[in-house]
Amino acid sequence: MSVGQNPWVRPYVLTGGRTKTKHQLYVHTLVSAAHFDARAAAQLTPESRRLYDRVRLGPQSVAELSAHCGISLGVTRVLLEDLASTEHLQINDGAYDSPFDHRLLKRVIDGLSELG
Amino acid sequence: MAFPSSADRPALNVTSAKIVVAGGFGVGKSTLVASVSEIPPVNTEAWMTQAGESVDPLSDASAKTTTTVAMDFGRVTLAPDLLLYLFGTPGQPRFWPMWDDLCRGASGALVLVDTRQLDASFPAVNYFENDSDVPFIVAVNLFDGKLTHSLEKVRDALCLDERTPLVTVDARDRRSTAKALVACLSHTMKTTPTRA
Ligand SMILES: Nc1nc2c(ncn2[C@@H]2O[C@H](COP(=O)(O)OP(=O)(O)OP(=O)(O)O)[C@@H](O)[C@H]2O)c(=O)[nH]1
Ligand SMILES: [Mg+2]
Repeated sequence: MSVGQNPWVRPYVLTGGRTKTKHQLYVHTLVSAAHFDARAAAQLTPESRRLYDRVRLGPQSVAELSAHCGISLGVTRVLLEDLASTEHLQINDGAYDSPFDHRLLKRVIDGLSELG
Repeated sequence: MAFPSSADRPALNVTSAKIVVAGGFGVGKSTLVASVSEIPPVNTEAWMTQAGESVDPLSDASAKTTTTVAMDFGRVTLAPDLLLYLFGTPGQPRFWPMWDDLCRGASGALVLVDTRQLDASFPAVNYFENDSDVPFIVAVNLFDGKLTHSLEKVRDALCLDERTPLVTVDARDRRSTAKALVACLSHTMKTTPTRA
């Protein structure tokens, strides 16, 4: 069992003591990688490596990454931000500033209407 | 170590949107999410160990938390560059603080009710009326396929503002769920400025 799955290891240890993220990462914020670098991956801590490996599958939300990698939401947020600052990953800001942007809402409504 | 930053392929800027599915215990939240989701229900075991942290990420207090929480979310790819996420809210009162985290950045909320246990969804209605800026609608889950109480009676019992849309849904049915989600976002459109 790795540390990331051990409830007895304080999250503090996994993140090198950092407790805050700079950006608000929503549970649905998407993370992606433009390319995969195996050599860089080998130097990551096990938790960061799991996240990095998982992102190879395509853009995924913070919640999916947390759930699939077995890393709690809070730790996932800190580690993803680190991986983004070292350019391993990109945090997709999306095309719209607000969740209420009518262009976004219209697109989602149109997409849902075609689901039926 | 510097990571080589030359992009092999430009990452498509995929956008995500989120709708929150709230409501009391057993009203059909998971069923509704699963009816449209393209990913299987996520195994929440690992997530559960420390999910309490999300309230106050990584603080000492939360590090002691071994709270478990069952959470479901689903994903719908609407276009190559557009994903919709649905998040069910955990029903038990002790998880309410987590709702803030789940609701942040949501485009809308769907509060599900079961007319056989309307009171189970009171807290969810209260939350979106008083404690959240996320526009919401209420959907009656038609468990037996038909409406047992008129929508007017349901509205009265919930003390629901007349401006809050009240619709019916069959949570097991993909098309019906999609329709309810459309109603939810249409309400957001009506209640927010064009360039919010
Ligand atoms: N007949 C019928 N059964 C339903 C419908 N929706 C949900 N159910 C059933 O009702 C039960 C509860 O549904 P869930 O989707 O698990 O409800 P939930 O809101 O996620 O419940 P909790 O997460 O425990 O609060 C399950 O056994 C479902 O199969 C429906 O529209 N019709
Ligand atoms: Mg459920």
